[in-house]
Amino acid sequence: MAKRIEVSGLNVYYGDFKAVEDVSMTIEPRSVTAFIGPSGCGKSTYLRTLNRMHEVLPGARVEGKVLLDQQDLYASGVDPVAVRRVVGMVFQRPNPFPTMTIFDNVASGLKLNGVKDRKKLTEVVEKSLVGANLWNEVKDRLDKPGASLSGGQQQRLCIARAIAVEPEVILMDEPCSALDPISTLAIEDLIEKLKDRFTVVIVTHNMQQAARVSDQTGFFNLAATGKPGRLIEMGATKQIFSNPTEKATEDYITGRFG
Amino acid sequence: MSSTDGTAPPDRPADGKKLELGPVGHLGDRLFSGMAHGSGGLVILIVAFVGIFLLALAIPSLARNESSFLFSRVWEPGASPPRFGIAALFYTTLISSIIAMVIAVPIAVGVALFTTYYAPKRLAAPVAHAIDLLAAVPSIIYGLWGILFFAPILRPVINGIGSALGWIPIFEKPPTADVGVVFTASVVLAIMILPVVTAISREIFAQTPIAHREGALALGATRWEMIRTAVLPYGRSGVVSASMLGLGRALGETVAVLIILSVPNANDPWNSSIFAGGETFASKIANNAAEFDSPEKTGAYIAAGLVLFVVTFLVNSAARLIVARSAPGGKRPRKIRRIGDKAQTEGAAL
Amino acid sequence: MTTIAANRPAMDGKALDLTGKSGSRAFKNTLATVLIGLCFLLALIPLLWILWTVISKGYSLLFDAAWWSESQRGITVRREGGGAYHAIMGTLIMALITAVIAVPIAILGAIYLVEYGKGTKLARAVSFMIDILTGVPSIVAALFIYAVWITILGFNRVGFAVSLALVLLMLPVVLRSTEEMLKLVPDELREASYALGVPKWKTILKVVIPTAFGGIVTGVMLGLARVMGETAPLLILVGYSKNINLNPFDGFQGALPTMINQDRTELSLQPAADRVWAAALTLILLVLLLNLLARLVARFSTIKSK
Repeated sequence: MAKRIEVSGLNVYYGDFKAVEDVSMTIEPRSVTAFIGPSGCGKSTYLRTLNRMHEVLPGARVEGKVLLDQQDLYASGVDPVAVRRVVGMVFQRPNPFPTMTIFDNVASGLKLNGVKDRKKLTEVVEKSLVGANLWNEVKDRLDKPGASLSGGQQQRLCIARAIAVEPEVILMDEPCSALDPISTLAIEDLIEKLKDRFTVVIVTHNMQQAARVSDQTGFFNLAATGKPGRLIEMGATKQIFSNPTEKATEDYITGRFG
Repeated sequence: MSSTDGTAPPDRPADGKKLELGPVGHLGDRLFSGMAHGSGGLVILIVAFVGIFLLALAIPSLARNESSFLFSRVWEPGASPPRFGIAALFYTTLISSIIAMVIAVPIAVGVALFTTYYAPKRLAAPVAHAIDLLAAVPSIIYGLWGILFFAPILRPVINGIGSALGWIPIFEKPPTADVGVVFTASVVLAIMILPVVTAISREIFAQTPIAHREGALALGATRWEMIRTAVLPYGRSGVVSASMLGLGRALGETVAVLIILSVPNANDPWNSSIFAGGETFASKIANNAAEFDSPEKTGAYIAAGLVLFVVTFLVNSAARLIVARSAPGGKRPRKIRRIGDKAQTEGAAL
Repeated sequence: MTTIAANRPAMDGKALDLTGKSGSRAFKNTLATVLIGLCFLLALIPLLWILWTVISKGYSLLFDAAWWSESQRGITVRREGGGAYHAIMGTLIMALITAVIAVPIAILGAIYLVEYGKGTKLARAVSFMIDILTGVPSIVAALFIYAVWITILGFNRVGFAVSLALVLLMLPVVLRSTEEMLKLVPDELREASYALGVPKWKTILKVVIPTAFGGIVTGVMLGLARVMGETAPLLILVGYSKNINLNPFDGFQGALPTMINQDRTELSLQPAADRVWAAALTLILLVLLLNLLARLVARFSTIKSK
């Protein structure tokens, strides 16, 4: 039961620096939404506001609303820790916990939040690894360190870890940028599968990837260097790549940018 | 709103339940954060207490002192009225430590260069560890070895300098053949602070940007020219602050100095020569621990300890300041890191 | 092509001279190499000399079982016999108490600096005070504890007071090394944990600390090695006892440095000299063992400092 995300009038600041300005959008449940745009346009920053990960940095704050299933993530009384249990995240570089085994990595979200029932953990680990298309590769060595896997496997391990806590939404911040083409393909297949169960939001540098995996695409850009990033255009992926409304989007997609 | 949710996959029931986003219990967070903050605060308290308590116990004795505390060389805290001053202690402490630094720093720089740029790769790490081991030798062993085995071979050096430069008061040749002199203590102190100065210099030299080094080599510089034009200028402030830290160590060293230095006879005239005996702050205090029988006498030694604390404080602060001012790596405080950085570098890349 | 040719003096067919630099430059380079190599040898001499002295003079008693099991009770400087058990135990007990007090404060302090205080004024103040504490001479730490423990609180000179003074010396060593290790833990791991909805304190306890664990243990061992060899606090804060005393809160207590100090003025007597060097060797072995273990742990830890 994936959830719809509705964002309205969102501004993101780091101290006095306005990083992202006035973003409004609706992200459909059980679909893949991709954000594309040039480096530094604020798309990653914006992605992090969807599970309040940006608050890890002191001085970061937002204005505006992010509604997840009608509930404002920034309402008073909302705990960012609780938000992150509902909105999971996968990062640019695979980051399995180096001190933990494959099993413990996948189980970490539950274990660290107090689940001790071994039977339940075993079930969840298998289900999550199957869900992350990794089960067949690691089922015989669940007690090996997570870092012993290849880069692409590590990233799928991280995805398994994220889905093990049964979130509603999964955010992916350039999940393939550190991977080779074959591993990238495996992750893309996986994203296709994940959208049956989750709302997936992915930031990518790779336009072909956005075109391949996403249903909706949002294009971010800066008005000028030093100015905040903005959402220029958002729509069905097909439409954005074949018939964009904005000149800037077209320039970017056709490579005439900059 | 739930029209799109109508066809939930079988394994996840469409429960329509509200998400739980309320507080998840932060007792652990509060406790843990409190303990961490408390420990940080405790460190500040400890240092403040060291200063405050030493001062509080020194003041009554200082108030009754009949001599000039800073400028007198007399040390009779047990007399009535008590008379004590730190001039002689201050002199011996400072001169022994400065000589130690002067001897140690060039050698430490040499050793640091050797391990970073001369020793074969496979040898560099064991060599560095061997020098680090010097720091692991307890100071009482330095003292014993220093006075029993090392001091005798310094005798000719002392005689030589004494004959050549004896007309300068601080090099004046002493009447006795005693080797428990300031100079001996200085050389042993130099060996003791060598690993500290070496370790810091080594780290700084190793950080010289490859671009600087290769830039020099690409211009046809020899290895030495590369070091002189790229490595040494880059590491200069680091070496200076390493020297200051070494000086701080030497100023406070107790037992080695206590064992090596002969305490001059109370009736002898004061001798400024580094080839005579003497007492430093630390050795004086340790030597007279048995005299701490009345608060007044103890107060005099605590006053001396306070001066040592202040001097080492100043020397160490100077060292830190030099590092902070010109740290090659840049220890500048950064308010916005990671994503902020990423945003900035990405912005610059545009 | 043409401009380049014009700029170069002549196509004179002279072979490039690749055989080396001019004589004086080559000489300076060689001289520097020799001098730098000499510095290194010069630095090695005292190390080897000290080790040789202590080992050759101290080893024989160490093979005596009594050395490890008996005290010096009733044994005078002129007599052979007895052991260092009382001093070894004293040194270990005082070091253990020191660690028990200093390590939690040091680790929590480092956690404060890296995980909570980053960039705040308080953190900068704490960091500055740690630098100051690092430079505090052991004799000053001992005087401070003397002032508090004996002059103000009116307690006796006991082993526990020594431990308190040693805490001041061990705390900054462990705190700084722990801080370095925590800084080496990549932020990505913290973020991965936060993204799973794990609260900060659990992230620190279950993800950050385990990742840095090897490095933290190394720091603790190096800190222990440093305080075990300290003599000054022992001289001021506890009397030397030849008897076995395992209670750090009552009475005088032997320790290896003070055992050395006790007989160092009697070195002309063979039994005393043997004991002094054997105690010195025991102390060095203890400290070196800790250093070696620390390096071993560091080698196998998850996070490397270099």
